[in-house]
Amino acid sequence: MSPAAREAALRSLPPAFAEEVLDAQACFREAMEAMARPGVPRRLPAVPGLPGPLQPATAALLLTLCDLDTPVWLDHAVCDSGEVAAWLRFHRGAPIAGRPEEAAFAVVADPASLPPLDHFRLGDPEYPDRGATLLIQVADFRDDRGPLWSGPGLAAPLRLQPLGLPDRVWAERRALASLFPLGLDLIFTAGSRLVALPRSTRLED
Amino acid sequence: MGQAQGAGQQWVRRRWMGVLARASTATLEQAWAALEARPAYDFLRRPEIGMVMVRARAGGNGQRFNLGEMTVTRCTLRLAAAGPDAGPEQALAGTAYVAGRDARKAELAAVFDALLQDPARRPALLAAVVEPLAAEQAAARRAAGARAAASKVEFFTVAREAGEAAGETAGAGESGR
Repeated sequence: MSPAAREAALRSLPPAFAEEVLDAQACFREAMEAMARPGVPRRLPAVPGLPGPLQPATAALLLTLCDLDTPVWLDHAVCDSGEVAAWLRFHRGAPIAGRPEEAAFAVVADPASLPPLDHFRLGDPEYPDRGATLLIQVADFRDDRGPLWSGPGLAAPLRLQPLGLPDRVWAERRALASLFPLGLDLIFTAGSRLVALPRSTRLED
Repeated sequence: MGQAQGAGQQWVRRRWMGVLARASTATLEQAWAALEARPAYDFLRRPEIGMVMVRARAGGNGQRFNLGEMTVTRCTLRLAAAGPDAGPEQALAGTAYVAGRDARKAELAAVFDALLQDPARRPALLAAVVEPLAAEQAAARRAAGARAAASKVEFFTVAREAGEAAGETAGAGESGR
């Protein structure tokens, strides 16, 4: 990016949290609660500005979780405008990963074109925590259909379907189950809400 | 904007950013108070304190080495758009990186950086704020240089006369005298 283009991008750049520390802490708490209670939607505090196609929850999570050490992969819908990349680099200094397998976080605004899940980093046996976290934007959540979620954090199994997520993703997710503790953590966002699908959750029909 | 003009403007901006960063908070505060219209602004990045590693080269061309870390405060802000119909693209963003931990100084330097990017305001601001500060800083630098020069000791090697050098055999060196 040339200095002039960088300057132009800066002029229209959305701001980050108004209260950096408090807002990030509030978001982190919500994200943690969501991971502890898979399948239960939680609401994130608002962010003052949204770059490109990002929804409020996705933007808040990125501001909360990303820093210099977390390469972020953006899908084509997020990447195209260049605004999200500029925003992430300015506010968090996060490097943008060129390929899914290099990313600690992935942002997906077009779930239909989500790469196969095993293209992302699954961690390795010494460090299973190095598996990637995927932030997937969907239209809404439906609790009357979809697979049956069960496992740690779920008192009773529940059904949940993120709208717009292709069915093949469930098959790919089940294929990863045998690799546990390796695997991916998925976070679905819709508007200012999020639902977490950690690798420990089992999915059945 | 042509390439050369772009590069020239970048150089000009670099100069005023440097002058503002070296100015004292009190002088910046005065210049700010003296402005006729003080624009509103919002922060893209609130003043934040960090460390940077200063790197140097011995003699200007030696191996690069880490001289040491210094504290730096940086700030980026955006002026409120000038007119009622001005879009966000017209808003001016100013940035400052200043030595030390003075958040207010970084903020003021960033405001002036943004104001100076406005072609309508630039000439007046350059004349009223930047040039006096630059002159003051240059004078202070000269005074410090003069004080140091008074105590300067010159070390130099006396070159041998050309004829003498030619008459000597290689390797005889200084021991021949």
